[in-house]
Amino acid sequence: MTDTAYDVIIIGSGPGGYVTAIRSAQLGLKTAIVEREHLGGICLNWGCIPTKALLRSAEMMDHANHAKYYGLKLEGKMTADVKDVVARSRGVSARLNGGVGFLMKKNKVDVIWGEAKLTKPGQIVVGKSTKPAVEPQHPVPKGVKGEGTYTAKHIILATGARPRALPGIEPDGKLIWTYFEAMKPDFMPKSLVVMGSGAIGIEFASFYRSMGVDVTVVEVMANVMPVEDAEISGIARKALEKRGMKILTEAKVTKVEKGANSITAHVETKDGKTQAITADRLISAVGVVGNIENLGLEALGVKTDRGCVVIDGYGKTNVPGLYAIGDVAGPPMLAHKAEHEGVICIEKIAGLPNVHPMDKGKIPGCTYCNPQVASVGLTEAKAKEQGRDIRVGRFSFGANGKAIALGEDNGLIKTIFDKKTGELLGAHMVGTEVTELIQGFVVAMNLETTEEDLMHTIFPHPTLSEMMKESVLDAYGRALNA
Amino acid sequence: MPINITMPALSPTMEEGKLAKWLVKEGDKVSSGDVIAEIETDKATMEVEAVDEGTVGKILVPEGTDAVKVNALIAVLLEDGEDASSISAGGAASAAAPAAVAPAPAVAEAAPAAAPAPSAPAGPAPTAADGNRIFSSPLARRLAKLNGLDLGQIAGTGPHGRIVKKDIESALEKGVGKAAPAAAAAAPAPAAAAPKAAAPTGMSSDQVLKLFEDGSYDLVPHDGMRKTIAKRLTESKQTIPHFYVSVDCELDALLALRAQLNSAAPTDKDGKPAYKLSVNDMTIKALSLALRDVPDANVSWTDDNMVKHKHADVGVAVSIPGGLITPIIRKAEMKPLSVISNEMKDLGKRAKERKLKPEEYQGGTTAVSNMGMMGVKDFSAVVNPPHATILAVGAGEQRPVVKDGALAIATVMTVTLSTDHRCVDGALGAELLAAFKGYIQNPMSMLV
Repeated sequence: MTDTAYDVIIIGSGPGGYVTAIRSAQLGLKTAIVEREHLGGICLNWGCIPTKALLRSAEMMDHANHAKYYGLKLEGKMTADVKDVVARSRGVSARLNGGVGFLMKKNKVDVIWGEAKLTKPGQIVVGKSTKPAVEPQHPVPKGVKGEGTYTAKHIILATGARPRALPGIEPDGKLIWTYFEAMKPDFMPKSLVVMGSGAIGIEFASFYRSMGVDVTVVEVMANVMPVEDAEISGIARKALEKRGMKILTEAKVTKVEKGANSITAHVETKDGKTQAITADRLISAVGVVGNIENLGLEALGVKTDRGCVVIDGYGKTNVPGLYAIGDVAGPPMLAHKAEHEGVICIEKIAGLPNVHPMDKGKIPGCTYCNPQVASVGLTEAKAKEQGRDIRVGRFSFGANGKAIALGEDNGLIKTIFDKKTGELLGAHMVGTEVTELIQGFVVAMNLETTEEDLMHTIFPHPTLSEMMKESVLDAYGRALNA
Repeated sequence: MPINITMPALSPTMEEGKLAKWLVKEGDKVSSGDVIAEIETDKATMEVEAVDEGTVGKILVPEGTDAVKVNALIAVLLEDGEDASSISAGGAASAAAPAAVAPAPAVAEAAPAAAPAPSAPAGPAPTAADGNRIFSSPLARRLAKLNGLDLGQIAGTGPHGRIVKKDIESALEKGVGKAAPAAAAAAPAPAAAAPKAAAPTGMSSDQVLKLFEDGSYDLVPHDGMRKTIAKRLTESKQTIPHFYVSVDCELDALLALRAQLNSAAPTDKDGKPAYKLSVNDMTIKALSLALRDVPDANVSWTDDNMVKHKHADVGVAVSIPGGLITPIIRKAEMKPLSVISNEMKDLGKRAKERKLKPEEYQGGTTAVSNMGMMGVKDFSAVVNPPHATILAVGAGEQRPVVKDGALAIATVMTVTLSTDHRCVDGALGAELLAAFKGYIQNPMSMLV
């Protein structure tokens, strides 16, 4: 085998790609990963991780603003230094970016630097990146392989996704931001319009609101975070509005006029009325689309659908030897879905027994606004839509000792069971730290526990997690502290 | 770490198999790709290859063991530098493997002694009645109870063979795993008081044996093929409303054409003809063309939909020692007679050696069962799902026929089409048979 021939080449080193590369190496396959911009992909450099760093700053700010409630006195006013907040976020990203480089080396995965194009089945040509890099960038890691032709028995596309642009409201990087600019502001705007209230939109709205910015969220659907359970979404909305956020639902940005240093968004509401909202900046957060361009997919006849590569439950495309995982392989576009899809894909390639196809019904989702939202499985509406006979349990943060002690008594944990079989169909949460709680229900669901096993499980006291058990008990009319 | 070797699934539908033969013994070195064992599945014998290299540390399921569940631990492979004492770790770890429940404890006990002889009584996968644990998810247990299923009869596909919801759903779909009345009686709760009545079962083994004097018989355990035949044909007769249509076909033109074609076959340098068509080959072709002409009869029944097949895949019942198997000629309507004939020879030969791959005998859209060579005049066959039809072919024999008001002699064969009335109604069956008869009596039309 020459040093340009591999068992597996993965294109893209985001959370899906790099995890797949490690698993591939663990399985004894000679593995290379191609990256054109930054190890760790969007997640680590411009997504999940740096936004969590920003939101942590926002959280500290929120706490400081409530210091008095906790009996603490803060002399003077807490203010944010935008530069330092952003610098910390970039530092967090840099540390993890270096970590991915280390993991590749440790697992003997070759890193090929550049942009890959499929030239024929089993072969790619790596050239210079055609995409202008987002600045600032971390340095190119040492010891990477360069441009050239590489071959592999199996090629896995993990090229991720990028912000979707609405025609006429295309982000310009100055007045109309995407998450790239929103993540590294060089000044704190006084006012913002956030278009789209999915996880990305609402997290930035929450961050900027905590920083004292006048934020207006515009959402086309009836609820914020439209994929979430309506009841949970409603509680989150109230809490966000209580924090001073303006939220317009069933509303659409029809036009954006650009001023010298401001924008005016024309927003049409359901009643047909249009209002003009002037703000310093507009964040466009109307979803993401798969990166399927410039990969040579058309020439190979790779099947795509609505901007994503079409795959089976194991990541296989219609072209033998070519696979796709993560955002480029379709929704939900989440890092943990990409990781799992990648592991399934490579284990199937390696011929491991008992590899099960992706079950999209058990992928949890987390949103890190204040208050946080987390969920897995069917919403109440979806369960009813499927004609399920269900039992619903609810438990409020207001009745939980730990939540009250934390001073975080607003929130709800909701569970949905199949009435006949006791199957846990869905769990939905809103409130402080729920993103760390949801996994309990994900494990339960994956192990196919019924309400009975959950009721027999001991939850430690005093914790927020006790609400999970209470919610289950409530579904069967047995809640203890409500 | 010792490497666990588990019972492989040799086809998507395989749930258990017989570990027919070990081709390695403890202490043998194997490398990846070596054939280490033979597994007898429902209808074929398949070879198992090693995936890793190492030394066979311990064989946990002795050869000849029946009904070894897929994923059960069957042997442990040691890597370089490991000795048999490290098996305890592997064995202990695999104690969680449900199907391997019987062998696992034996390994644990045996571990202190240095590499003991394989004494593990690796019987079939345990049932609850044995007191052994069947690994299953809580939801699977509840679904089984609600539906009156016996978990002991269901193969698990979860981690280490754990029975999960999907397995229960597929068992319900296939109608397997119904708790037997006896099992229900033994259960503490009336679990078998299921919403759906259990399928009627025949007499128990004991009930049958009681009717015969001790020593007046020998008992031969069923092999995988026998069990499959019993299961599938019982299922067929219980779930498929059969009806039958018979017709007589004159064969003289066909026999003449066959003789002409065979004598015209090119020969190779050894003088061997490139093909030698049989009446059966021509029957396969005629049936496939008839299905092409009457596509409404080329179907399969599912509860939700009519499956309309685009090609005629014709299964051919081949009698082999100990049973029968139905290899399939795919897209027969598109294949020349010579191709069908040669494929059939190959499939038939490998069927007799039990070397067919699952994809060579699973599926199909119809079947032919020919007992003409045994002198049978006519008979009716049992539809083999997912087929909707099966054609029973009798012997071609000279019979008196009436032609233009006068007695004449013709070579005639009687064929009987059995059909699944859920998807092929009487008139449609008759139409299919008329098309078939047309091809048989005007055989030249099969050549164009």
